[in-house]
Amino acid sequence: MARTVRPVATAELAASVAAYARALSARRWRTLQGLAVLVVCIALAGWAAEVRPLTLYAKFGNVLSYVDAIFKLDTGARVWTAPREWFWGLRKWLPLLGQTLLIAYVGTIAGAVIAFVCCFFACANLVRSRWVARAMRRALDFNRTVPELVFALIFVYSFGLGPVPGVLAIAVHTIGALGKLFAEVVENIDMRPVEGVAASGGSWVQQIRFAVLPQVQSNFLSYALLRFEINVRSATIMGFVGAGGIGDTLLIAIRNFYYSDVSAILLLIIATVMCIDSGTEKLRHRLLGGERPA
Amino acid sequence: MTAGTRLRQSMLASAAGIAARHPAQFQPAWRAQLVPALVTAGLLALFFYGLSVLGFSFAMIGKGGGQLMVILAVMLPPDPQSWHQVVIYLGELAETLGMAFLGTLCAAVLAFPFGFLAARNVVPGWLVHILSRRFLDTIRGVDTLIWALIWINVVGLGPFAGVLAIICSDFGAFGKLFSEAIEATDRKSVEGVLSSGGSEIQAVRFGLLPQVLPVMLSQLLYFFESNTRSATIIGIVGAGGIGLALSEAIRTLEWQQVSFIIVLLLITVSAIDYLSTKLRMAIIGPRPV
Repeated sequence: MARTVRPVATAELAASVAAYARALSARRWRTLQGLAVLVVCIALAGWAAEVRPLTLYAKFGNVLSYVDAIFKLDTGARVWTAPREWFWGLRKWLPLLGQTLLIAYVGTIAGAVIAFVCCFFACANLVRSRWVARAMRRALDFNRTVPELVFALIFVYSFGLGPVPGVLAIAVHTIGALGKLFAEVVENIDMRPVEGVAASGGSWVQQIRFAVLPQVQSNFLSYALLRFEINVRSATIMGFVGAGGIGDTLLIAIRNFYYSDVSAILLLIIATVMCIDSGTEKLRHRLLGGERPA
Repeated sequence: MTAGTRLRQSMLASAAGIAARHPAQFQPAWRAQLVPALVTAGLLALFFYGLSVLGFSFAMIGKGGGQLMVILAVMLPPDPQSWHQVVIYLGELAETLGMAFLGTLCAAVLAFPFGFLAARNVVPGWLVHILSRRFLDTIRGVDTLIWALIWINVVGLGPFAGVLAIICSDFGAFGKLFSEAIEATDRKSVEGVLSSGGSEIQAVRFGLLPQVLPVMLSQLLYFFESNTRSATIIGIVGAGGIGLALSEAIRTLEWQQVSFIIVLLLITVSAIDYLSTKLRMAIIGPRPV
């Protein structure tokens, strides 16, 4: 059975079509304005950052020849034809890579433990005094905002060259980054268990141990693992300022144009970072019980 | 005596009876705690092994800590020495911001098509998926500073090398995040477009893009924030920005200028944080991504 369709009056239709066109053109106008602002920003930024597209165009051949060069041995042969020659320094590089991992590990553990203690003082739902929470927040912000390498530069002057300033720099930065994340986790907990422990006479430490910790520990561990992954990456560059790890060797290789060494060390770093990434990702998935990590 | 204490005392008085009635609850939980205890012991052992191998000692920490205190004392108050210096620093700060902005934007534009290529629900072949993911991971595994060193060899010293370095390292990260955002989308609107006669391209444009664009924009803003931070250190290896001035000030032991630059950085980064949070709220509303 065919339904009867009420014919739409042409005037009514014309009015709504006009209204739709107006709404559409208003939206397009807004998008256009946004684009104009964006273009002005790009122009300003390009001017400030001295971007020279022509330089890139003229020197783009350099990119290709650089890539070509780092995969060539001194003899002119391709690197993969003589892997032993390519990775001649493996005996020297592997311990340095191990040191890099150890710097990241020790820095992460030290930073995570201190961040763990600090985070309970930085969240508004567990600390009575607003000033304590606010002061702790600002301190964490400071640790997080100053880049690790700046801390490393300063620490190299006070602790001397070597891995110690690298570890300390990573630890200080980790305190800020993890402390903030930890505090956010704690602020989102269910407060009823805390009230339960408080009502049956538990002290502040007992409230945290028996009511807060069971709710947050898997999230804390997952964030700490993520930080370890990030710290491995930044430990590779600590050597640029003399703070230990493989960065020093890489810097020398790049600056002195030891081409095949550059590609060998870069490949080692990439392989290590990939292994650590996939390992921590699996662990985190298991910790969070299959739910997608944020 | 408060009610809580009374309750506690009555519970304690009948503790023996409770323990007799529920023996299982009062067994020491050895087995459940054994694995976490072993893991913790292993982690701690590695930690202390690391401390000794890396050359930590009490004497060294004490001496270095003392020296650090001296440096911190010399740093205060922050002082740029002259107005001329302030103008130079502000110019370099603008350069840093420009690098971060351009680098983030170009990286996002370049990574945009790659995100679709690496997403399993757009390009179904597993070979393309694996290859593009590995490619992105390889690029992501190299730190921004290493990219900066490489680009300096190609285009010379200066901020342009820094922009290219930020583009390279962010390209990998954006590609991965974008493809994950695309894989997390709802399939129904794509099917809707396809079933009403739209082509594959139209399905992506009208079914997929409206879902992922806000997520991508918010990630873009977040990366701009974090790149402002990393662009400050790119100058340490000579690729433009305020990092050069900072490392010069540290090398020449001008500690008051060092602290002035750090304060400048803190102010800039928190201003950018504030602005981008506002912008993100305006674009996608107050929902976290």
